[in-house]
This record gives sequence, C-alpha cells and structure tokens, in this order.
Amino acid sequence: MTKEIVAPAAGETEPDAGARSAATARAGPVTPTVVTIAPRRSWGMPDLGELWRFRELLYFLVWRDVKVRYKQTFFGAAWAIIQPLATMAVFSLFFGRLAGIPSDGIPYPLFAFAALVPWTFFANGLAQSANSLVANQNLLRKVYFPRLAIPVAAVMSGLVDFGIACLMLLGLMVGYGVFPTANIIWIPALLALALVTALGAGLWFAALNVQYRDVAYVVPFVVQFWLLATPIAYPSSLLPAPWRILYGLNPMAGVVEGFRWSLLGADTAPGAMLAVSSVAAVAVLVGGALYFRRLEATFADAV
Amino acid sequence: MPDFAIRVEGIGKQYRLGAATSRYPTLRDALAGAARQGREFARAPARAAAARRRADTFWALRDVSMDVARGEVVGLVGANGAGKTTLLKILSRITEPTEGRASIAGRVGSLLEVGTGFHPELTGRENVFLNGAILGMRRREIARKFDEIIAFAEVERFVDTPVKHYSSGMYLRLAFAVAAHLEPEILMVDEVLAVGDASFQRKCLGKMSDVAHEGRTVLFVSHNMDAVQRLCDRCVLLDAGRVVADGETAAVVARYLSRGVDGAGPEGVVDLAGARREGTGVVRFRSARYEGEAGGGPPVPGGPLDIELEVDSDGPRTVESLAISIRSAGGTLLVNADAMELGRPMSLHMGANVVRFRIAALHLNPGRYVVGLWAGDAIATTFDHIEAAFALEVVGLREAALGATPARNGAVSCRFDVESFAGEGAAP
Repeated sequence: MTKEIVAPAAGETEPDAGARSAATARAGPVTPTVVTIAPRRSWGMPDLGELWRFRELLYFLVWRDVKVRYKQTFFGAAWAIIQPLATMAVFSLFFGRLAGIPSDGIPYPLFAFAALVPWTFFANGLAQSANSLVANQNLLRKVYFPRLAIPVAAVMSGLVDFGIACLMLLGLMVGYGVFPTANIIWIPALLALALVTALGAGLWFAALNVQYRDVAYVVPFVVQFWLLATPIAYPSSLLPAPWRILYGLNPMAGVVEGFRWSLLGADTAPGAMLAVSSVAAVAVLVGGALYFRRLEATFADAV
Repeated sequence: MPDFAIRVEGIGKQYRLGAATSRYPTLRDALAGAARQGREFARAPARAAAARRRADTFWALRDVSMDVARGEVVGLVGANGAGKTTLLKILSRITEPTEGRASIAGRVGSLLEVGTGFHPELTGRENVFLNGAILGMRRREIARKFDEIIAFAEVERFVDTPVKHYSSGMYLRLAFAVAAHLEPEILMVDEVLAVGDASFQRKCLGKMSDVAHEGRTVLFVSHNMDAVQRLCDRCVLLDAGRVVADGETAAVVARYLSRGVDGAGPEGVVDLAGARREGTGVVRFRSARYEGEAGGGPPVPGGPLDIELEVDSDGPRTVESLAISIRSAGGTLLVNADAMELGRPMSLHMGANVVRFRIAALHLNPGRYVVGLWAGDAIATTFDHIEAAFALEVVGLREAALGATPARNGAVSCRFDVESFAGEGAAP
C-alpha cells in the first residue's frame, strides 16, 4: 500500500488528520487525503511515518501491557526483580562458588546481576514480541493500524520492569561498595542496542508465528541457547582478544559487557566488540522489518 | 477535490482453501506439502501447478466496482458468504485485495465489531481510552467525550470497576458507546447492531441514524432489512462475491428478499423423500414448495400463501383428510388447513398428483415457522404424516429483520387502532 499512495505523504488514515489540516488551512474546506488500496508485491521497509502518527495507539498498547502484566498476581511488580535475582543466586552458587568461574575482579553476584538486568529485558522482550501478533489477533482481524505497533509495544512494555530491576542493581552496587563510573552515560545507548536486538529477532518470530505456531515452541529454546551464548555467567575475557570482537556478532554479548564496563568499571572497554554488535543488531532489525512488512498483508487472513 | 468518498474498481479477493481449512498449519505440514508438490512438479509441472491453483483457491470477491458519493449512506446486503464483510475489510485496510484497486477520500472509521481490544482486567475508564485509541481517536478527543460515552452506556457507577465484573449487557453498552462517539468522515459498519437486547438495539439504531443524517458517508453491512431500509438511500446487493444489484434501497431489498435468505426461501422445492414420517404409506408426500405473491416472492403478514405439494399414491384413492399445519418455532399449532373442513375429499390418481393449497391472508408476523403435512381418511387412519416438513419464512418488507428477527409480542398479526384523549379534569 505504501507504494500506491496518491495524495499527500503516506496513507493518511491517521486519527487527527482531518482536524490538523483544518487547523493549518482554516480558510478553505478540508481537502480529504486519498488513500489508494491495491495489492502490493514489492519488498520494502515498513512505513515509519505512519507508525509515528499512530504513536498514541502505541502508547496505549504499551500502557495496557504494563498495566495488565502483573494483574491478579500475588507479588505484582516484584516479579520484575525476582526473576533476575533468583537467576543471579543460582549462577552465584553454581558458577561463582562451585565452578569458580572468574568475574573480572568484580564480586560474582554483582557481575552476574549487571548482566542479567539487560538480559531479562531482552529475553522478555523477545518472547513477548514473538507472541504479540497471535496474542492480539482480535485486533489484527478487526481494526486497521500499522501492524508494527504491536511487536514494538510488546518490547517497549518491558522498559518498566527494566527500570525497576535497574534500581535493584544500583542498590546491590551500593551494598558491595561499587560505584558507577562516568561511563554510566552509555547505559541508554546500550539499552537501545538491547531493544533493537529484541525487536529485530521479535519481528522475525512474530511474523513467522502468524503462519506457523511452531514458533511458540521454538522461542524458549532460542532464548535458552542465546543465554548460554552470551557472557552472563562468565566473562568474555575467557576468550582471546581477537575472538572477543567476533563474539560481538551476538549483539547481547556487546550489551552485557557494555553494562559491566559502564556500571562496574570492568577493565576491558568493549569498544570494538560493541561496534560489531551494533552492526549485527541493526542488520537483524532491518531484516526483521523487511520480512515483517512482506508478510504484513497476510496477517489478518492467516492469523 | 475528488467527488467520491469511496471508489472501488474491479476489486477481487482470492483465498487459499488450504489456508482456510487447516487454520494452524505447522512447519511440518508446509515442508511435507512442499515435498509433495515438488514431486508432482517434477512429473508434470504445468499440469500440477494449474490443478493446484484450481483446487485450492476460491474468489470471495470478484470484479466488484462501485462508487459512493460523499454524504451518501449505502447499505451492503447479501446472504451469508456473499462477500460483504470481506469487502468491508478490504476498504478498511485490514486485509489486502488480490486484484483491483480502491480509493478512499477522507478519514475512515471502521467498526467490524464493538469492543475490539477490550481487556477484561482493565476498568471501564481504562478500556474506553484503550478502545478509543484502537478505533483511531486521539486521547484529547476521548477525554472530551468521556462523560458523554459513560452516560450513553449507563455505566456511571462502574467506571472504575474492571470490565470482567460487568454484566454482558453493560459490557456491550460500553463497547457500543465508544464506537458511537467515533467521528470519522467515512464510517464503515458491519452488523454491529445485531447485539444486545431489543431496547439496546433500538438505541444503537437511533444513534446510527443520527450519524447517517449528519452528512457523513456511511457504508453499512447488515442482515437487518428494517435497519437497512431506515438508514440507507441506496443498496448494493452482493451474491457469491459479485455485485448483482445496485440502486434504490426498496428495489434492491425486494430483490434480495425474493431470492430467499440462506436457502430458506420460497424458490426451492423441498424434497421430502428423507423426511421423518409415519403412516401406512399408501399415499406419500414427495415434495413441497411455497410462495407468497404470485411470481415467487416470500409470504408477508396479511398476504397470501400458496403451497404446492406433489403427492404419490399407490392406486386411485379418495383421501378425505389432507391438511397442512403451521407451527411456531416453539411448536405451538397456529394454523391447520384441512380439506375435510371444506368437505372436499381429494381424489388421487395412481402415481403423481399435485395438490395446491391457497391461504388468502396469512395473519402471521415475520418469523420462521414449521409446516407439517397430513394425509388420512375420515376415521383417522394415517396414510402419511410429516410433522415438520419444511420451514416457512414470513418476512415483512418494512418491519421484518431477516436472519435476526427481533423478539415480537406474538406470532399472530391483527389489525388494531389506538388513540388518546383528555380524561375528566385534565388541564385544557
């Protein structure tokens, strides 16, 4: 559809379009924009402008996911902390104590938790977005809006949990007497990298899931393998330096090492690794977006 | 500035049957299917591909063209599966057409159901905002109309209660209230009025006709002929995915009704070979058909009803009692028309005979009734008795709602009059 638009910009079905053009051109009557509907065949990127115009819907979808997530649970939002905290305890016991895995001179629990906070955000974001289209099939079948809003909202709704877990992490750091370095300013960028990775992989799985419900069984495996392939329980310094850069092909390796470096002052500055991670993450996202847009037209019929 | 609100040019939508029948194909099925097709393809490529195309696909819509002018209120009618909803889904961009194109000039609001996206855990207030955003309203717009919406839905006391605790009536009212306050330039509505109790349906219909009279462009899909006739100036009739009539509402609705609804119409001959029956079988009802007005229309309240029966007899025979009965859907006997009552025994020949009943004025309200057939002699020997031979659909061109007939006060219609006047001591 995006290629077939006749009059102004992209498909203006945006809610307030009429009202806004009325405000800008009060003199004459409102000229309605014309949207042309026709089959599309080409590959292309999703219409980000349209997604932006639907930002209020995006906001409400995120808000709904956040509101509903811990409804009717006993621990409520505490789950945001319990998950990474419990994993940290297990890792500390088995990997830190029993296996004696090194932790770059940082107390092992802190070492693991600093990695688990962004990891939990990523893993939940991936799982939620992979399932998002199927979970929202009633919307897909009954209403038009940019389909991209659904997986994007699913990933973004994890930000609240991430914030809560971050506070816990800061508390833990204070407890261990570790204070963040000035590199803490990189945290938002690292978070963005985790988000891009989660969304990129999430788009692939979400679109596939519409057609093949096998995805629901595949995703937990993928997350599990990915966890092991990411330096969470162990430091990437176990690898020789040149390989470490290649390790960055797993974007989450860059994110995790970046978190440790910026928060805990781990001695290895993962600059090169992060550069590789960023490229890899963007590649996954662009591929996911192309694939998503390609299948988008079939969602309402196939879901 | 374009002179149309909606322009549809040669729209077609093809569905894959395979995708429709197995709704959740697994990866394994896909791989197996690909392998099988590959083998077939290796053997006879062109033939296999063509056969697959023919077998696995069907057109839900084909070659549909129409224009809707700005401010026009157009009804989209047709039997189930005619493609009405598919067309609406294409025009509201939920699904893509396979061929053709459509142009929409203006801000679209489409309502394929009410309450899309309602979340049971959220409160009434929260759902209003969420649902409003999903339908395309701005947050400010929703906030401005919020009180009005709640008042329309009559749920003021429960605004902050999760909707999972709502009664189904409250839930529907709230859902419709949000939808009713949508103010698009072009409104597309699918059958959303067929929900709730009678009084709520009236309220919805009232709101819809307000919308229609505000000069908005409306495309309205419904089985409710009463609603269609009240709201629409023009109707488009779809049948098997094609436009078969497009014009003034009364004419299109009459044409739609005369085609019969979902196979329950008068045009078909009902084969009685497999009917549940009792009796000696010396006389057997073979088939039946009925019509209202001569020329094949459906029966209407107060109008005539003709029933024609094919009756087989095993020899020349005089049948003293040959009757048709009409029961309500609940089984109450409403009419029994017996030849014996007229003192007119039927003389049947060996083999096929035709018996024709004519009811001059059928005083039944619109609805679905069950016709039974009886043949016997004067001392109550049953030759053939079919208690439920076929369904009879009585429709009202003006009042009736086909498919979704509203609850009526009774089955029987009567002429009546009512007036009011001042009583003693009334103020002048």
